Amino acid sequence: MQIYVCVKHVPDTAANIKVVGENGFDDAGCKFVANPYDEYGVEQAVQLVEKNGGEVIIVTLGKPAAVASIRAAMAMGAHRGILVTVEDQFVDSQITAKALAAAIGQDGKADLIFTGKGAVDTEGFQTLYRLAAAMNLPVVNEINKMDMADGKAIVGREIGGGARERIEVSLPCVLGATKGLNDPRYPKFPDIMKAKKKPVKEIAMADLGICADAPASELLKLEKVPERSGAKMLEGDVRQAVEELVRVLKEEEKVI
Amino acid sequence: MATIGVLIETEEGKVKETNFGVLTAARQTGSDTIIALLLDGSADNAKDVLGQYGAGKVVQVSVSSGDMSTSPDLAARALAAAIENFSLDALFGLASAIGRDLFARLAALKDLPLVSDCVAVDLAAKTVKKSHFSGKTTATIKLSAEVLLFALRPNAVEAVEAPTEAAVETFAAAVEDPGQVKVVETKKEAADSVDLTEAAVIVTGGRPIAKAENYKILEECAHLLGGTIGASRAAVDAGFAPHSMQVGQTGKTVSPRLYIGCGLSGSVQHFAGMKTSKVIVAINTDKDAPIFEKCDYGIVGDLFEVVPALTEVLKEKL
Repeated sequence: MQIYVCVKHVPDTAANIKVVGENGFDDAGCKFVANPYDEYGVEQAVQLVEKNGGEVIIVTLGKPAAVASIRAAMAMGAHRGILVTVEDQFVDSQITAKALAAAIGQDGKADLIFTGKGAVDTEGFQTLYRLAAAMNLPVVNEINKMDMADGKAIVGREIGGGARERIEVSLPCVLGATKGLNDPRYPKFPDIMKAKKKPVKEIAMADLGICADAPASELLKLEKVPERSGAKMLEGDVRQAVEELVRVLKEEEKVI
Repeated sequence: MATIGVLIETEEGKVKETNFGVLTAARQTGSDTIIALLLDGSADNAKDVLGQYGAGKVVQVSVSSGDMSTSPDLAARALAAAIENFSLDALFGLASAIGRDLFARLAALKDLPLVSDCVAVDLAAKTVKKSHFSGKTTATIKLSAEVLLFALRPNAVEAVEAPTEAAVETFAAAVEDPGQVKVVETKKEAADSVDLTEAAVIVTGGRPIAKAENYKILEECAHLLGGTIGASRAAVDAGFAPHSMQVGQTGKTVSPRLYIGCGLSGSVQHFAGMKTSKVIVAINTDKDAPIFEKCDYGIVGDLFEVVPALTEVLKEKL
């Protein structure tokens, strides 16, 4: 099986985001990781190839530093990587999807494509759908269960309120992974060393014939959300504190 | 003047309350033509309640063949046809599990810009606000296209009534199911559970809850407030609650009116999923718990004493 996994290089969710200028952030001063949801996709792909044979290829679009996330995925067992390089911090999902589709199309024939359910930086929740459309493939997102039978994938997803769907999707397809699908492995030291020697091909996005000018969605402004400055502590015994809480929620905040 | 469509989500034929905020957001753009679109045959029942929030037209969308309830691709195609038929300038909807999926399919199908999980829309300026970096920053995004798609974060815009007489119409979309994605089964765990991402009030229990049965204590309190219960990652990993209840990174992102965290430390990962809540209350035995730095109201105390007391007071005062 030839399985592609799209992995995004994103700031660690615990990292402090320092806004720079109107619509940028200090990416040099912040720790980056492979998007946590994408790791479920990497793990699933590696398990499938361990069982059925084949190759797992990581595809990433980002600045040159994003190669670190490709290496991290290769330490988990992926075989090689493709890095589509851009200079911008933010690339809109319509352009990203076209570039990923072009990079995969140029590389080989996909039996399956995984991504995470979304990226924790821009939280757009749509790139995988656009990738699927660009490659004319079906797509299912937020899967936390997966089997394969009769040329189909049978996947499970949660649709809120504790409700679950079981979905049949024809192969090849694009699947967005989320927690519950598997337990992503922690690479061991020899795997990390081995990953350093695995091949990563770099392609500039422009060389794929994709133009980043005039995006349909453009980040105008990035603003820090002010943090809450500490709680008003409600004092007294339990009964007093709770009575005061109910009063405040009802009369001042008007939320109950 | 812009013509705006609003995709209405129903549950067992009943309009979900979170739709009213979406209708309000659509109306607040200044548009006087709000068309509510329903995909499940409940337009007649929904007419009055949708009119209450300013929908002048309520459209029952149907397809000539196939079943939209088991084919999200067919539903997306029907919506694309409706956008064209009614010459919509924008389609609004909910960023629920179903809405997020459907809007992304539609956006990909028609190569239109979409902002999912947005919290404010300025249609005249074609700008929209949404969270970036797990609620740490707010992004303002400019869209340029003939038709714009917005899936709003549930509860982001407060519902305001604006009664109007709604007229029901039908629209049969001439679309075909590509037949590649088929929902073969839908299972619901509990009949009366409110979807966490759409709940107006959430009471969450962390690891100190100690066992699954103890969530009943939180549940009683949440029910009185018309809300539901959530869990921290630590509680889920310890097996006290299912993953569907998890709030935070790798769990659900929620934005209720009121969030009551019981026995939570206040990790960055947990806050990534709930910091946009309107009011956050924390209950913790440790007066130095980091959560007290980042919430609105705090009570130092044992959740097993404070929550039952809260339930009692709510029974008396609500």
